Amino acid sequence: MSTSFHLNGAAVAAPIEPEASLLAALRGPLGLSGTRFGCGAEQCGACLVLVDDLPQFACTLPVSAVDGRRVTTVEGLGTAEAPHPVQRALLELQAGQCGFCLSGIQIRAVALLREVPRPSEDQVRAALDPHLCRCGSHNRIIRAILRAAEEMAL
Amino acid sequence: MNLAFLGPQPADGRPKLPGSLQVNRRLDQWLRMLPEGVVVLTPGKVELGQGILTALAQIAAEELDVALPRIRVQAAATPTSPDEAVTSGSLSVQESGMAIRHACAEARGIFLSVIAQRSGVSRDDITVRDGDFLAPDGRLLGSYWSLAGAALLAVEASPDATPKRADQRRITGTSTARLDLPEKVFGQPRFIQDLRLPGMLHARIVRPSARGATLLSVREGPLPGGAVIHRDGGFLAVLAAQEHHAEAAALRIAARAEWDARDTLPEQVEDWLAAAPGETTTVLERAAETPDPANRISARFYRPFVTHGSIGTCCAVALWEGEVARIWTHSQGIYNLRADLVKAMRLPAEAFHIQHVEGAGCYGHNGADDVALEAALLARANPGTPVRVLWTRAEELGWGPVSPAMLVDVAAEADAGGRLLRWSQHVTSNGHSGRPGRGQLPTLLAASMLAEPFAVPNAINPPLAGGGGAQRNAVPGYAIPALQVRMTHLAEMPLRTSALRGLGALANVWAIESVMDEFAAASGADPLAYRLGQLEDARARDVLARAAEMANWSGRVRREGFGMGLAVARYKGTGAWCAAVAEIEAAERVLCRRLWLAADVGEVINPDGTLNQIEGGAIQATSLCLLEAVQHDARRVTSDGWESYPILRFSEVPRIEASLVARPEAPPLGAGECSMGPVIGAIANAISDALDIRLRHWPFTPENIAKAP
Repeated sequence: MSTSFHLNGAAVAAPIEPEASLLAALRGPLGLSGTRFGCGAEQCGACLVLVDDLPQFACTLPVSAVDGRRVTTVEGLGTAEAPHPVQRALLELQAGQCGFCLSGIQIRAVALLREVPRPSEDQVRAALDPHLCRCGSHNRIIRAILRAAEEMAL
Repeated sequence: MNLAFLGPQPADGRPKLPGSLQVNRRLDQWLRMLPEGVVVLTPGKVELGQGILTALAQIAAEELDVALPRIRVQAAATPTSPDEAVTSGSLSVQESGMAIRHACAEARGIFLSVIAQRSGVSRDDITVRDGDFLAPDGRLLGSYWSLAGAALLAVEASPDATPKRADQRRITGTSTARLDLPEKVFGQPRFIQDLRLPGMLHARIVRPSARGATLLSVREGPLPGGAVIHRDGGFLAVLAAQEHHAEAAALRIAARAEWDARDTLPEQVEDWLAAAPGETTTVLERAAETPDPANRISARFYRPFVTHGSIGTCCAVALWEGEVARIWTHSQGIYNLRADLVKAMRLPAEAFHIQHVEGAGCYGHNGADDVALEAALLARANPGTPVRVLWTRAEELGWGPVSPAMLVDVAAEADAGGRLLRWSQHVTSNGHSGRPGRGQLPTLLAASMLAEPFAVPNAINPPLAGGGGAQRNAVPGYAIPALQVRMTHLAEMPLRTSALRGLGALANVWAIESVMDEFAAASGADPLAYRLGQLEDARARDVLARAAEMANWSGRVRREGFGMGLAVARYKGTGAWCAAVAEIEAAERVLCRRLWLAADVGEVINPDGTLNQIEGGAIQATSLCLLEAVQHDARRVTSDGWESYPILRFSEVPRIEASLVARPEAPPLGAGECSMGPVIGAIANAISDALDIRLRHWPFTPENIAKAP
């Protein structure tokens, strides 16, 4: 009873029932807690991950659905030593308060910038609509994503 | 709400000390030096995402003359941290920050004296550079680190320490980056939800089918993953080694539980508020003879129950080891939580060691304390095994404390020139504080569900001197000869109520600033000029003029479907000043497109962090007034998901410009809540400007706008 896939570049086997959610596999046996539980109903975006480069809600996705595929979580985007441009911009602009929503938002931003390398502000807002932030860091987050887009375009 | 809530300290003959130092007087309660060159700072206030730990570190580094990276801020824990009550009310810089400023200034002085004495170099000739004490010739005479073991701080603070003057400060007043944010951005374990202990069990609570329902039976049946049931009266939970098994088991048990449910919730909240029994008190009364008025305005403002809506759900971990329960919690007040655990579990205070761990933003008293009791109860039943409880989204929105529904009745008079003559304001509400640790009975959710249950205590409204609750900001900040402010505190509490960011200020400022706009219109005055003419407080006039200038208020051009409005208030009448100008677009529904904010928070410790708080409060206020209302039927809260309790999404968020009026010499006042009331008032006035209606019902949805006179 395990599902094999590539997690942040490494081959893993998640010892969990195939019908369990990817979020349960990540936060449970795989021990990566950066992907957040917020609602369990695809309504807040806190659990967003990339599956083969496409954004997916890990809270409702059965782990069996990622069998043999590539999964990227916030931990796979960058580190303090080698941050992703989105992460660097978030920190430069102090674009967060409690920070709980930021894992999913970073994943969304990375997916957006892959599709639309130089988005307009309105495109960033629209792309982030599936994500909730309660602290009111929205405008800083938008500015950070636009800054990251600029940096990545250089 | 915090130390101020306690009122004046007993006159015990000891000198008055700043902030929380008054009640936690030993210096080593606040800081200690480590030989490896680190200052450990131990405040009792906690990080909620507001950046307080960073601000406190800046204050400490400033006074000690050490580089900021040397400060290591330790999260609060009982019984060692100073008891700073609750992290709330925009008071942390005043209470914790001013204590730390004084304690660190005194610590620096103590080390300086000892090093001067030992070296024979005069105190006045020694300079402190990043913790090193240097002679005039640059010789190293000693350091905080070389004397770290000398117990120099094992003394009570004295009133004599002299912190730096405003013009000497180099670290405070600058926009230092948040210390906690990198780990949160990189997804490293830092939140309480991320805490994992060896052998830990995961638990879920199975909630009653209705408020106040009693549990009749739970049908037997198989559960996944070896999950086991815990039952104590109507407190029903399930534990499993793996989290998803606990989750699945809770759903199965919910389907097998039979409850004796009855109707307890009012059919129509506004009518219930008007009719429910309560105690009416006078908040403030000022009698004056006034001439006959030219204009009278009388209006009732209704605000529904609203709630916190943390993005992360409440969580706690507990471990029962022998006589001691170790509890990890995101409570805003660990000593207050301990006081209620003592009552609910009938154990001494020494039985609880409580460690704060950061959670998602809470914006007031959400279920953080409730879930800690639930974890403690389950840990007591499973000694030696750590137990983690996590709430579901439905519990978070449906069972956490809610912020009270309110009526604000205003009756006011003005003369022909618009000058205010009389103002009466009557606020009707449940209590705005059901926080633990303040009464005879525990306020924690599960306490009323146990086999030996506790009655649910009615939430309170702290006195105005402590910031107030329902009556917060019920006293207008304008020059008014005859004034009467009253409050009816309702005796029955169908939904458990408690503190949400801003408390009663949101509804009161909305009501006051709406009536001010109506008087301005009645006398043909511009809303800005009208207010400026009746504000005696120069700092209120300054923020209002600044916000209006930022928004180009005097040059505004009317656009079809758009409206602009403004509002101003001094938070609590004693805190920060803030003014807001809003631009709204009234399409199928109302959207707030832009906000201009000007605030005066006195001395600013971290300008960027302060602006982040002011802007965050503004966006939350926009969401609250445009969208939010707790929905319920006769038995339960039905708005228990993000579809039924919508909050503002990215495409609906206004663009914001915010600025701070510089007052480096003035006492700091806290920034987390000051923008909320003015933003709601400004949005309401902007809607009136666009649609020529007067809003009396919150939220400002198409349905409520249609009701407006």
